[in-house]
Amino acid sequence: MAWRDSRRDQSRLLLFIAAIVLGIAALVSTLSFGRNLREDVDDQARELLGADLVIRSNRPLSKAVEKLADSLPNKHSEECSFASMVYFVRNGQSRLVQVRAIEGDYPYYGALETTPAAAATGFREKQEALVDKTLLLQYGAHPGDSIRIGELNFAIAGSLDKAPGRNEISMTVAPPVYIPLRYMEPAGVLKKGSRLDYQYYYKYLQGDPEQFAEQIGPRLEAVGLHYETVAMRKNRMTNAFHDLTEFMTLISFIALLLGAVGVASSVNIYIREKVNDIAILRCLGLKARQAFLVYLVQVLVIGLLGSLAGAGLGLVLQQLLPVVFKDILPMETRFRVAWPAFFEGIAVGVTVSLLFALLPLLSVRKISPLLTLRVSLEPVHGRDPLRWLVYTVILCFITWFSYLRMENGRKAVVFTAGLVLTFLVLTGVARLFLLLIRRAFPERWPYLWRQGFANLFRPNNQTVILIVTIGLGTTFIGTLFFVQQFLIDRVTAGVGGGEGNMVLFDIQPDQVKGIEGLAGQYHLPVKQEIPIVTMRIVEVRGERGDSVLGQVAEGGPGRRGADGPAGGRHADSNAVGRWVFENELRVTYRDSLAGAEKLVAGQLGAPVRGPNDPIMISLADDFARRWNIRLGDPVVFDVQGIRIATVVGSLRKVEWQRLQLSFFVVFPSGVLERAPQFDVMLTKVRTPEESARFQRAVVEKFPNVSVIDLQLVLSVLDEVLGKIGDVIRFMAGFCILTGLIVLITSVLISKYQRIRESVLLRTLGATRRQVRIILLLEYFFLGALAAATGILLALVFAKALARWSFEASLRIHWVAAGEIFVAITGLTMLIGLYNSRGVLNRPPLEVLRREE
Amino acid sequence: MLKIEKVSKTYTAGGRTLTVLDNISFQVGEGETVSIVGPSGSGKTTLLGLSAGLDRSSAGTIELNGVPLGALDEDARAVLRNQYVGFIFQNFQLLPTLTALENVMVPLELRGESGVRVRSRELLEQVGLGDRLHHYPAQLSGGEQQRVSLARAFANRPRILFADEPTGNLDAETSELVAGMIFDLNRQAGTTLVLVTHNLELAASTGRIIKLGKGHIVSDEKS
Repeated sequence: MAWRDSRRDQSRLLLFIAAIVLGIAALVSTLSFGRNLREDVDDQARELLGADLVIRSNRPLSKAVEKLADSLPNKHSEECSFASMVYFVRNGQSRLVQVRAIEGDYPYYGALETTPAAAATGFREKQEALVDKTLLLQYGAHPGDSIRIGELNFAIAGSLDKAPGRNEISMTVAPPVYIPLRYMEPAGVLKKGSRLDYQYYYKYLQGDPEQFAEQIGPRLEAVGLHYETVAMRKNRMTNAFHDLTEFMTLISFIALLLGAVGVASSVNIYIREKVNDIAILRCLGLKARQAFLVYLVQVLVIGLLGSLAGAGLGLVLQQLLPVVFKDILPMETRFRVAWPAFFEGIAVGVTVSLLFALLPLLSVRKISPLLTLRVSLEPVHGRDPLRWLVYTVILCFITWFSYLRMENGRKAVVFTAGLVLTFLVLTGVARLFLLLIRRAFPERWPYLWRQGFANLFRPNNQTVILIVTIGLGTTFIGTLFFVQQFLIDRVTAGVGGGEGNMVLFDIQPDQVKGIEGLAGQYHLPVKQEIPIVTMRIVEVRGERGDSVLGQVAEGGPGRRGADGPAGGRHADSNAVGRWVFENELRVTYRDSLAGAEKLVAGQLGAPVRGPNDPIMISLADDFARRWNIRLGDPVVFDVQGIRIATVVGSLRKVEWQRLQLSFFVVFPSGVLERAPQFDVMLTKVRTPEESARFQRAVVEKFPNVSVIDLQLVLSVLDEVLGKIGDVIRFMAGFCILTGLIVLITSVLISKYQRIRESVLLRTLGATRRQVRIILLLEYFFLGALAAATGILLALVFAKALARWSFEASLRIHWVAAGEIFVAITGLTMLIGLYNSRGVLNRPPLEVLRREE
Repeated sequence: MLKIEKVSKTYTAGGRTLTVLDNISFQVGEGETVSIVGPSGSGKTTLLGLSAGLDRSSAGTIELNGVPLGALDEDARAVLRNQYVGFIFQNFQLLPTLTALENVMVPLELRGESGVRVRSRELLEQVGLGDRLHHYPAQLSGGEQQRVSLARAFANRPRILFADEPTGNLDAETSELVAGMIFDLNRQAGTTLVLVTHNLELAASTGRIIKLGKGHIVSDEKS
């Protein structure tokens, strides 16, 4: 019966299911890709780390630690990395890079991939360098050319194409240049205050490196060292990729749900058109349950077919994902069909399409045979408790599926609630928009405009669902775009205006005059000179750093898990954070607030005039809060061997996102003036050419001084955000595409209705041009409403993010919002018109006769 | 007003040619009222459609208000219909997305006329729907929908009105009311009327009856 009933409508039924094909394809591809990634991490973790054990520090290893690490037979390498200017001799250009001075045979697993391949080992023997391939391209340099780092020239041995564990984004942010470690000192780039990072790579020839690391790990931590093993790297990457694939899977799931809503809407129309057939069958003795089963079987079959098609498409799509993610992934990904993901996609597809189609299908049970005698205009479904049951099952299914992905019940509930809320808000906004426009639509507007708008309300229309599906995709893309723009604005704010746009750092006290003179020669203003002193905190509120770190070594309470100033909270909420004692701080001294700072507690310390004056320091409020340091707490610093006792006198609010020099700790004047220090200078260049000329002069005269052109930072930031954005846009694209497929389905479903309207208008004297304009306006209104709804929500989300995450207000880029609006509206109009192209060509009489 | 000369219409379906109208000729003068009657499948609606320029004949010529339709393309025929022709259909054929008033305004608005709201309102009041101006078709009964259709047919002051089974979907009482209105409005406007119907009583109200059978004119006589 189900087969016979569907015979005339099979192509339409397949059309309905097209809406979920893309969602399932996205789901299968991301699930399968996720499994591939996990396997690739397992296979390649050693190559990603390049060694069995890596120890990291910001100072050279002590003899004791070296002895500890060498207690098993091993081969090891040492790497020291620091920021420095590199000067391209051929064209005289210079740029700040990450110099990685290396000694030994690292990597022990995997390889530095270079062109030519021999360069990866060859450069270690001579005064040669490996230079990041993008850097070579940007500066037009080639192997064989020379670069200058500090006072030494290095021949470029080859271009560095890939390094273990590093992805495109990290190489964009800090393009690496490898040189042999023995040339670091002679280059003369390192002065007091230079920030160095040491990495020691070990390959153990005997024993189990993991077990060994477990034994020595606590002792390394006790002296403030970080270490990583293959298992730790595997864990870290698995977690990171789990987050990434979880995000992708959830977006795919949203696309699938959007498609399922489209299916429910189409099935609803299908059932409404079938009411008479069902009523006749009911007259002939078909039971309500049997009638329901006839359509349930149809939906099941098309759900299965759609899911199979989607899963097949997913495998094709999966081959695209490594291309999309190439900038984010630090490794090769190999394509393998993950059959569990394939079947999971099919099962989810069938379940979702069935659950959503059940909502309209339930009404089949309520169709009375009496309808054969009396046509009712009332909807066939009235109150039906089973509908609520279906709603509940749908919610449970979404929660369950998201729980499987996130492995966290609370997150799954929040995700489901957020999703339902977003759907409701989108639906509400869509309905409100329609209502307002319908009420406020100017009656005096030309007829074609009014008819185009009125078409959105044709019987069995899918206007709201189309606005929701296309709108949700727009919301994703819009939010991403506005937040990206916001971040760039925040950074630009520090670059524009009267502030400087070029920072020179690592200036030694005896170089200050020379640099000022050089800036004068180039007619550049010195906007700011900031002295910087490096120091460590050794005691807070009487709690000594060495005892805190000692507790960790002995497995003491509450100080693990936080790995940076912005890291997570530690377990003991009253204790001072371990990070505070582990790390070297860069501190300045002044008696006033900087541009973007605000005093939130206490008073800025007065200048210290005598040895008995208290030293009232000022802390950044988020730094103090994070590490449990309070106003009035005594803090002791170790300034290059000299202890200085201070008191926290004030807390400042600092805008870290701005591109300017900000400090966790600020001393008053009168304390640090005689301490070993270096300077940072801020100047403002007017053109890129001026910037290049000045940088060249600085590098030539003061090779240890590094220069950051903030315009370059901005362009790098733009590029990095763009790369991350591409991934999100790719995933959000599924939602938009699903919306457009629902649009195509909707246009095709209502094609006969559209033909009928078109014919009627032509019968009444409308020209084809007029009918075409009406159709175009209809799609314009649809696209415009969806885009406006999506952009509106995106602005709300972006504003909320700016307000709550960055504590700043969002400047709305109306031009950009306008561009998104035009793109989405244009796409909707294009697709709508393309699918309506047959509407105008039907002879009126043929259609009018069919009505009889 | 309407001149049909040697008109034939054939359709090809499944490789077979079906002749619906075969060599039909007749003329309808200005202000004349004509019924076309005949059994189902005799070609009545096809003849009406060809006469109104809704389709092209396979052979022969049709002149509407002195304009030969064969020489016009679809858009030109649409403009001609908008200027001279009114329609009433058995299934009312109202645009479901527009209110009663807006439906009546359509033919005038397509011409770009001004003051269409007032005239449309007057017409709806004339057919007794002054209180249903802002109702959508789905909110109106069959009889009311046909009255809206009637008001729309007369909105552009047509020279000729084509009505296809105008009472076919209505009960007897409403049929009588609607038929009365058609003839009243027709008299007032001096419009030519061509009516296709099965209802012989309704046909008898027109001045002339053309009877079709198997695509031929069987009889053409005054009633």
